[in-house]
Amino acid sequence: MRAWGLIRIYTVAVYIFMFAPIAVVLLLAFNSSQFGGFPMEGFSLRWFYRLYENEAIVRAFKTSFLLGLLTALFATTLGVLASLALVRYKFRGKDWITTFLITPVLVPETVLAVGVLIFLRWLSIPRSFALLLLGHTVIALPFVVLVVQARLVGIKKEYEEAARSLGANPVQTFMQVTLPLLLPAVFAGALFAFTISFDNITATVFWRPSGSETVPTQIFAMLKTSVSPEINALGFVMIVITVGVPLMAGGLARYFSRKK
Amino acid sequence: MAEVKAFDPRPWRLLSPALLAITMLVVVPMSFILVYSFYENIDLAVDKVTFQFGNWNELLTDSYYHNAIWKTFRLSVIVTVLAAVLGYIPAYFIANTQFRHKWVLLLLLILPFWVSFIIRTLSWIHILGNQGAINGMLQWLGITDQPLSMMYNEFAVLVGFIHVFLPYMILNVYVSLEGIDKNLDPAARTLGCTPWQAFREVTLPLSMPGLAAGSLLVFVLTAGSYVTPLILGGPGDFLFGNLIFDAVLSELNWPMGATLSFTLLFLLGVVVVIYSRFMGMSQLQKAFG
Repeated sequence: MRAWGLIRIYTVAVYIFMFAPIAVVLLLAFNSSQFGGFPMEGFSLRWFYRLYENEAIVRAFKTSFLLGLLTALFATTLGVLASLALVRYKFRGKDWITTFLITPVLVPETVLAVGVLIFLRWLSIPRSFALLLLGHTVIALPFVVLVVQARLVGIKKEYEEAARSLGANPVQTFMQVTLPLLLPAVFAGALFAFTISFDNITATVFWRPSGSETVPTQIFAMLKTSVSPEINALGFVMIVITVGVPLMAGGLARYFSRKK
Repeated sequence: MAEVKAFDPRPWRLLSPALLAITMLVVVPMSFILVYSFYENIDLAVDKVTFQFGNWNELLTDSYYHNAIWKTFRLSVIVTVLAAVLGYIPAYFIANTQFRHKWVLLLLLILPFWVSFIIRTLSWIHILGNQGAINGMLQWLGITDQPLSMMYNEFAVLVGFIHVFLPYMILNVYVSLEGIDKNLDPAARTLGCTPWQAFREVTLPLSMPGLAAGSLLVFVLTAGSYVTPLILGGPGDFLFGNLIFDAVLSELNWPMGATLSFTLLFLLGVVVVIYSRFMGMSQLQKAFG
């Protein structure tokens, strides 16, 4: 079929469109030229050393990491509790609550960011790390709920009922039966939340306390002059973290589940 | 009394932290935007608590704002349509391919979501810029001796948006194509349809929910952005979000920022309501999963 051949070529072209620019950043990170763009003059790791020596970037990295980890912790905790309620209990207004839990996604992030700032202004509370943390948690929450909920539906209620009838209290049941079964989803949700926080720029630009930067806002600030080779190296490191870690986690999970 | 007994507080106890967080950080702030839009900005970052329509009057009468709304709408429609056209065919391919390692194609679709948005956006400077790949290639081949100017204009903004939002479109269309009964297409063919007719009369209508959900997502995400035009656009390439950004972070005019934010929220709310009248909300929930 000729049409199918064309569709295949078209698909390959779209995939190239999606990945070529990313590949270019990865490549240019090793360019020894003192300018951020082409041509490639030679292979060099010096921009990675430069990154390491750049205090502002290292500080931004630390902020982003801490923020991402805490966001993952908060969003996953809230998300798991909410999912348990939605999947394990029948109650009035459940559909309404489900939609409500998704509202943070439906509000444009720019508007959400301004709204929270105005609220804080009214309360006379200055911007802080805590604001970033709570804000990121709310942005990540809907995604965690969806991931965890999907998995929880697949875990039979009978396991929990069996534990209860054997004398376990609800907390014991959750810790020893539900949570271990739910662990892959909890992990996936946490990873999701971490990436969302680590990558966020739209709201972070508004919320960050003055003088404090995350990696994306740091890059954003550095871009105002030009694309320096350091940005490419930073891009390389970020891609390795946000793509490499989930891929490795997924690979390991497959490896272990096959071993069983 | 029976009603009281029937009420089970346990799910609400589990839900309360999440509900509290969303209420305090989404619902309450949204109402504050509306209240603040009636305040008056006197000086940099100094607001007077009043009830006046000055900000709204400015928004409704100043063509600068109308222009920005129109620009945002136009660009969002173009991005959405191009993403739909570019994204439908790969989704169709993935859904129908006999390729054994289909999961690789799907994984590659998810992968861009993990690559930082700002890196994906700035990567286009390396493609379209004066020192970019395209200009480098053209000069190396001797076709041009001066770099072609392709950056910092609307075209670059458009490409940046499509690049970032295309995976949303492909995934949504794919999910809905994958759900179509595989016997329908051969059935239509047996009844005398040409392949193109079978696609147009059977497959395309059945994949509409995915196409619509993907389009809504891309439209709303584009219309709410401000970062992409700042990185890839020129001084004239701004969206409504950039006005909000300027009002709040540069001019420190909070009441105007609130007015603009509420307007954007309202306009996009109208788009979502129109969508849900036709398609319902369930597809959208699927889209995020």
